[in-house]
Amino acid sequence: MYGLWRVIVKELFQLRHDRKMIPVLIVGPLFQMLALGYAANTDVDHIPTVLVDQDRTPASRTLVDRFTGSGYFTLAGAVPTADQAEPWLVDGRAQVALVIPGGYGEDVAAGPGGHPPRVQVLADGTDANSAVVGLGYAAKILADVGAELARPTGPAAPAAAAGGVEVVPRIWYNPDLKSRWFYVPAVLAMVLMLVTMMMPSMAVVREKEIGTLEQIIVTPLAPWQLIVGKLAPFVVIGVVDLLLVTGVARWLFGVPLRGSLLLLVLLSLLYLLNTLGLGLLVSTMVNTQQQAMMFSAFVLMVPMIYLSGLIFPIENMPRPIQIVTYAVPVRYYANVIRGIFLRGSGIAVLWPDALAMLGIGALLLTLASLRFRKSLD
Amino acid sequence: MKLAKLRAVAAKEYRQAARDPLTLAMLLGLPTMMLLLYGYAVNFDVRHIKLAVEDRDRTAASRDLEAAFFNSGYFDLAADLPAGTDLARLTERRRAAAILVIPETYGRDVAAGRTARVQLVLDGADANTATTVLGYAASVVAEANAEVVRAELGRHAGGGSAAAAGGAPIDYEPRVWYNPELKSTQFLVPGLVGFILMLTAVLSTALSVVREKERGTMEQLRVSSLSPGELLVGKTLPYLSISLAATAIILLAARVLFGVVVRGSYLDLFVVTLIYLIGALGLGLLVSSVADSQAMAFQLGASGSMLPAILLSGFIFPIRSMPLAVQILTYAVPARYFLVVLRGIILKGAGLAPYGRDMAFLVLYAAAVLGLAFARLTRKEI
Repeated sequence: MYGLWRVIVKELFQLRHDRKMIPVLIVGPLFQMLALGYAANTDVDHIPTVLVDQDRTPASRTLVDRFTGSGYFTLAGAVPTADQAEPWLVDGRAQVALVIPGGYGEDVAAGPGGHPPRVQVLADGTDANSAVVGLGYAAKILADVGAELARPTGPAAPAAAAGGVEVVPRIWYNPDLKSRWFYVPAVLAMVLMLVTMMMPSMAVVREKEIGTLEQIIVTPLAPWQLIVGKLAPFVVIGVVDLLLVTGVARWLFGVPLRGSLLLLVLLSLLYLLNTLGLGLLVSTMVNTQQQAMMFSAFVLMVPMIYLSGLIFPIENMPRPIQIVTYAVPVRYYANVIRGIFLRGSGIAVLWPDALAMLGIGALLLTLASLRFRKSLD
Repeated sequence: MKLAKLRAVAAKEYRQAARDPLTLAMLLGLPTMMLLLYGYAVNFDVRHIKLAVEDRDRTAASRDLEAAFFNSGYFDLAADLPAGTDLARLTERRRAAAILVIPETYGRDVAAGRTARVQLVLDGADANTATTVLGYAASVVAEANAEVVRAELGRHAGGGSAAAAGGAPIDYEPRVWYNPELKSTQFLVPGLVGFILMLTAVLSTALSVVREKERGTMEQLRVSSLSPGELLVGKTLPYLSISLAATAIILLAARVLFGVVVRGSYLDLFVVTLIYLIGALGLGLLVSSVADSQAMAFQLGASGSMLPAILLSGFIFPIRSMPLAVQILTYAVPARYFLVVLRGIILKGAGLAPYGRDMAFLVLYAAAVLGLAFARLTRKEI
C-alpha cells in the first residue's frame, strides 16, 4: 500500500511541475462547454430569402407577409426575375428564393374551382439540413394559406371546414425544446474521455519515451501498484471536471439536474473504468506521445462520440451500425447523463446501463493490465 | 533564405514523418474514416420514430388517424397501449419517443364536425428529434385535415365540379438547387475538408516543433547555421504536402463512395485550400511558441483550431442560429470563410469571384497568424 501511495504522490508532483497543464485541464473543458452550449443550435429560423414577385398584387404581398411574419424567413432582397436570384443563392446572401409568378393574384381571386395559384420556392441545398427544414416551413405556410383560400367565406360555408383534428403537444423533460439542454450535458462524456483516457495514455507513454518507465520497473513496486498509482490522479481530476461541468451546466446554462448528483458521480466512476482501461490499452500499443494522442483522439474518441448517441441519435443509424453501438461504452453513459439530468431517472431505470459499463469497463481494464504487465517484462 | 538549407530541413522532417508510419496512416486514413462515419452512420434525418398509441376511442376514425401516422413512413408502432398506461415509464425507459393519446370523444367529435383534439406526448430530452417529430406530426394531421376539407367541398359543390377535382389549393413547387436530393454527404464534404486540414496542419506542425523542444534537439538546430525562417518553413513544408494529400484523399473518397463531384475548377480549389492551409500552419507554429509539452500543444491545438472548425464554422450548426456574440466570434474562425468558398466551388460550380470578401479574410488571417508566430518564434529562444 505504501508503494502505491508513493506512485500517486510522484504523479501529483509531476502534474504540479507541469504548471501550464493544470489550467489547460480546467480551461479546456470549460471552453468546450461554452462553445457547445452557445454554438450548438440546430434550430433554423430567419432564413435569408430573396423575393421574386412578378405578380405585385395585394394577394402576392399578403403571401410575402405570411412568409416574413412567420419568423422563419427574413427578406434579404428582391429581384425581378428568377434568373437574377441565382447570384444571391451562389454567394450565400440568400438561402431561399420565393418566386411568385405573374397571374398569382388573378388565380387567387378566381377562388377554388379556378386554376390553382402557383408558387415556386428555390432552395440552396448545399446545407441539406437547413434546406429540408426551410422547405418544410414553406410547405406549411403555403398549406395554411391554401386552406384559407379554399375555405369559402359565404354563409353557405360548410360547417366541417371549421372542424378537423388538432394536435396538442405535451413535451416532457424539455418543454421549450432547447437544443442546449441536449448538448451541454454531453460535454461531460467528452471531457471525461479527454482527461481520463487520452491524458493517462500520454502520461504512461511519456515515461516510456523519456526512459523513466524502465527505472520504475526495477523498483520493488508490484505492477498493479504502478498501474493504480498512475491512474488514480486522473480519477481525481476527472471527478473535479465532472463537478465543474455539472455546475456550469446547472448554473450558467440552466440545465436542470433532476436526478441525484450522487448517482451521477457513482455512475461516472463506472464510466471511468472504461475510459481508463482504454487509455491504458492505448499506452501499451504505441511508442510516442504523438501516437498516443492521435490514436486516442481519432481512432477512439471521434468514432465513439459519433456512435454513442451523444450528438446524433442512434435511432437514425442503419441497423448494422446500431448493433455496433452496443460495444461503445459512451453509449451507456449518454443514457445515464440524459436520464439523470433531464428525465430525473434513478438506478431503477439506469441499472442496465450501469451493468453494461461495469462489464465492458472490467473487461477493458483487465485486458489493458495484462498487456501492460507483459510489456513490462 | 537559402533553398538548399530549406530542402535539407524539409528532407529531415519528411524522414522523421516516414519513420512514424502509424501517425502517418492515421493522418491519411482519418479523412476516409470520417467520411464513412458521416456518410453511412450518422445524420439528423429522423426516421423510424418509435410511436406508442394509447387509443381510448377505438373507432374507425381513430384508426384512420393512426394509419395516417404510420403510413407517413416516419413512425414505427412501438406499442399499442391500453387506456391508463403509465406513460412516463415508457418514455423514461426510452421504449417510445412519442406517444399519441386519442381521447374517448374523438370519433364523436369527428363525426359531428367539431374540432377533435388528440394529444402527442414527446420525449423532449432529445430536443432536436422532438422538434422534428412535432413537425412531422403537424404535417400528417394537416394532410389528413386537407383531405377532409376537400371531401366536404366536393360534396357542397355538388359533386363533379372543378373544386372537387382540384388538388391542393396552392400549387407549390419546391426546387432544390446544387444538391437536389438533399444528401447530407454533399454538404458535409467541404466541412470535413475544412476540419481535417485544421487538424493535420495545426496539430502536426505544433507537435513536430514542440517535440524538438521537449527532446532538446531544437537547441541543436538553433546553433546550426540555419536562419529561423529556413528552419520554420522547412519544418512546415512536409505537413503542407501531407495536408494536401489528405484533401485529395477526401475528394477522391467522396467521389468514389458518395458520388460527390467537384463542379468548379480544381485550380480555384487548390488556391483557396493553399491559403487556408498556410493560415493553419501559422496557427500550428503559434501554438508551438506557447506550449512546452506535447500534451499541452495538443490541448491548445484542439481547443484553438479543431473545435472552432467543427462548431463555429457552420459545418454542422448554422451560424445564423447562434447568439449574436458567438456569431461575431465566428468572424475570427478561418474555417467559416473556407467553407463558404469550398461549398461554392464543389457544389455550386462557382469560381472565386463571388467570394472576394471571404478570400480577403482568409489571406488576412494567414498573414496575421504567420506574422505573429514568426515574431514570437524568432524573438525568443525557439
